[in-house]
Amino acid sequence: MKKNILGLNPKDTKFLLIVVFLTLFTPILLQPFAAGSELAQFNGGYPDLMQKIAIFGIFAVGFNILFGLTGYLSFGHAAFLGIGSYAAVWMFKLLTMNVIPGILLAMVVSGLFAAAIGYVSLRRSGIYFSILTLAFAQMCYKMAYSVLTPLTNGETGLQLTLNDPRILDGAQQGSSLPVTNIFGLAMNSSYKVEALGRVFTFNVGFYFCAVIAILAFYVAIRLFRSPFGMMLRAVKSNQQRMTYTGLDPKPYTLAAFVISGMYAGLAGGLLAAMDPLAGADRMLWTASGEVVIMTILGGAGTLMGPVLGAGVIKYLENIFSKINEGVLHDWFSFLPDGVEDVVIWVFARFTGEGWHLTLGVTFMLVVTFLPGGLIEGLKRLASRIRNGSQKRDKYDDPDPEHRPDPGKRVAGE
Amino acid sequence: MGILEVKGVGKRFGGLQALGNVNLSVQENTVHAIIGPNGAGKSTLLNCLVGKLIPDEGSVTFAGTSVLGKKPHEINQLGISRVFQTPEIFGDLTVMENMMIPCFAKRDGAFRMHAIESMEAETDLIAKAEAMLEDVGMLEKREMIASSMSRGDKRRLEIAMCLVQEPKLLLLDEPTAGMARADTNNTIALLKEIKEKRDITIAIIEHDMHVVFSLADRITVLAQGTPLVEDTPDMIKGNPKVKEAYLGETQQV
Amino acid sequence: METILLQLLNGLDKGSAYALIALGLTLIFGTLGVVNFAHGALFMIGAFCAVTLSRLLNLSFETVDPTRTDFLGNPLKVKTPYVEAWFGPDFGHALIDWSVPLAILFSIPIMIAVGFIMERGLIKHFYKRPHADQILVTFGLAIVLQEVIKYVYGANPISTPAPDAFKGSFDFGALLGFDPNLIIYPYWRLIYFGFAAVVIGAVFSFLQFTTFGMVVRAGMADRETVGLLGINIDRRFTLMFGLAAAVAGMAGVMYAPILSPNYHMGMDFLVLSFVVVVVGGMGSLPGAVAAGFLLGILESFASMNWIKDIIPGIDQIIIYVVAIVILLTRPRGLMGRKGVMEE
Repeated sequence: MKKNILGLNPKDTKFLLIVVFLTLFTPILLQPFAAGSELAQFNGGYPDLMQKIAIFGIFAVGFNILFGLTGYLSFGHAAFLGIGSYAAVWMFKLLTMNVIPGILLAMVVSGLFAAAIGYVSLRRSGIYFSILTLAFAQMCYKMAYSVLTPLTNGETGLQLTLNDPRILDGAQQGSSLPVTNIFGLAMNSSYKVEALGRVFTFNVGFYFCAVIAILAFYVAIRLFRSPFGMMLRAVKSNQQRMTYTGLDPKPYTLAAFVISGMYAGLAGGLLAAMDPLAGADRMLWTASGEVVIMTILGGAGTLMGPVLGAGVIKYLENIFSKINEGVLHDWFSFLPDGVEDVVIWVFARFTGEGWHLTLGVTFMLVVTFLPGGLIEGLKRLASRIRNGSQKRDKYDDPDPEHRPDPGKRVAGE
Repeated sequence: MGILEVKGVGKRFGGLQALGNVNLSVQENTVHAIIGPNGAGKSTLLNCLVGKLIPDEGSVTFAGTSVLGKKPHEINQLGISRVFQTPEIFGDLTVMENMMIPCFAKRDGAFRMHAIESMEAETDLIAKAEAMLEDVGMLEKREMIASSMSRGDKRRLEIAMCLVQEPKLLLLDEPTAGMARADTNNTIALLKEIKEKRDITIAIIEHDMHVVFSLADRITVLAQGTPLVEDTPDMIKGNPKVKEAYLGETQQV
Repeated sequence: METILLQLLNGLDKGSAYALIALGLTLIFGTLGVVNFAHGALFMIGAFCAVTLSRLLNLSFETVDPTRTDFLGNPLKVKTPYVEAWFGPDFGHALIDWSVPLAILFSIPIMIAVGFIMERGLIKHFYKRPHADQILVTFGLAIVLQEVIKYVYGANPISTPAPDAFKGSFDFGALLGFDPNLIIYPYWRLIYFGFAAVVIGAVFSFLQFTTFGMVVRAGMADRETVGLLGINIDRRFTLMFGLAAAVAGMAGVMYAPILSPNYHMGMDFLVLSFVVVVVGGMGSLPGAVAAGFLLGILESFASMNWIKDIIPGIDQIIIYVVAIVILLTRPRGLMGRKGVMEE
């Protein structure tokens, strides 16, 4: 028997260590270019982006527990993200600016919503399930704008004000809004270090998110490898066999739905902890679509896929949006004038404002040609490099992440 | 009193009387075959036993408990395992995982949240699953993805998955349908071995007379939704009523 | 009484749009078995066909009119649309004025072509893939089409007026003996409803009375058997896709004067149309039409003030509530057939 650390086998321990390394050193890794150099614009090591990567990583990892394992495609997960944000902001308003209670409440509330919505939606499967979740999410979104305005503050969004009670924090000092903190350490405080001609920003908020993301990832690994995780894969594989084996697929799927809803709530709570503001926009169905895209792009059903997908999308979103025609001119100035104009025109369609176009095209290509996502792409590449052109039987691979056609079946077919 | 008692069961689909007044008693530790021409209601009867269909009238009692109105997974938990016409296995999972799932179902019931425990810690269940795989001669295939195996192996795996639950009653729905002769013979050999080695009751629905006569202790002939005769294989072979019911059907005796 | 009548009328035009989009959606689903998340984008493209034609007709050249001056005293530059120059001011002006109805003719070949390209180029490869993949790839396509439109036409809604003759409203109240001005209804919406009725009727009679339609209906019922008969269904299904695209496109063209086209209108209508299809029953054409009108009218009733006083915000969520209730009580929808998309 091999020795297992933290209840993980060596392979999973490696995964966890990679994620720990990547997250803890993000401020350095995303800052590869010297300040002031031409490539400095590709640095992503600023707090806002790094926090988003960690938070959406959590969101995608949670979504993957539902979609990747059970095959149930929810198109309404952003609702739980939004609900989590509202819950956390309310906690900041009423109780304390310490983020811990807010985040806990976010998880509890979105878990409750997920239980209710999941209970109803999971009575159907396949596309009906997708549309039911979509309908519920749109309902939450519309209600946040209309009936629930006292709770959500409608279009303005829920914000902190100076006269919020904040029972635990005591009397309000000064006339500026308080900031979110963890036991007094402000989320927005940063420590800048200059080294090697680069400026590295170590931000409290980011590290808080990073630690939670690592925990969330660790829980996901344990869950994937547990008997429960196996049951969820059984739900995706063959529900008929499952019932005739004496198992009830419903509570398993509902549990997965609630867990992934709580992950979404956690992500929503963290978003609010980084910036204490919650708006209904976070619940829009295109936001649900975004987490679907992240998960699929990275590789549904794999452990690393969603993390990778969230990181790549959030990083590229940021960078692509910054590339304007001026930047393109600098790049392609070596080309003859006519050619340069054409090339720049083409590139400009996909950068800057055109980021969503790039995302849509990439997503279509991945779904069409690489259903296993980037992870599968990397694996194919790695095995080609390792084994030259020698063909390997795909079933020989003992690696459980390298299954034939991951994500190719939807539940209930 | 048999382990499975079917009394006066009837089932209609719209205007069609699929089953009418079916009485059947399966004795413990026997192999009971249900045969009959196409459309005789064999599958409907089977579906009434496992909870997929609810009969309009009559009663189905298993080991003293009524199964009517129970869901398929509840009926399985009572001790009835079913083998399907086309092997129903967890195609995306490995052979070993396929075996572990029924082990968990047997030990923990229809649902249990073992989300933090690791698979490796379940040494008892692993040993049980491996012993079963050894029994059916598939231990060396334990890490294969189930869907990549041959049909014969899938069938073997499905039977192993049912047996590892130690069911009181094993239901087989045309287990050799669509199989090559060699696979059919292998399956017969496997079932014979199971019958000899274990205390188990088997009810088998079959079209292939070769299979039926090599396995069954009792045979019920179903025609047009009602039992025609019930007897030992030898008596059935010579029964003119059975011949009549099969008139126009190809016989493979 | 008059308020009820008014809300009924108000529900009709929205219901017509839902019905038209849902009709194409369910046609594609029923024939090709594909869940098309890009169908809303086809509606949007239709609306932008109207915008394009109106812009084309408005293409102008500038002349300097020396007899008039602008407020700075410079000679006035006058823009004259080419069509007015070519066909004379009266006919040219009429052409511009009638650009939206004309856009229907303009849009049909475009939409059929778009449908063909979509089906042959992309959807075809997804027939054998799971529904989840179909949803995902068409969702990606919807994003792409939306972004292309956003690039070409910008992010702001583009107002596209109806012909002058149809501006103004029809006084239903007076017709039915109520007080004048109680029940007034814009002419264009009335036309939209009539147009939708004609298109729906045409699609149904096409499927009912032509051999082509017969084969398609048979294919919807049992694709494999029809394939075994040696009929090339795939080619016909490609045509069906073109037809569904044309229906969605025409719905979009005619909707342009009601809702100024913007790049996200497709997504907005798509979600609702999906709900409509599911309520009507996946793969059921009459179900889609009935559910479209039903939900449109329900939505309009729910926005009445006294109802909103009882249940605040109901107008925003009524459609979703109805959809959830129907899906849970009648899993196949109002008119769904057995065996469609079931486990």
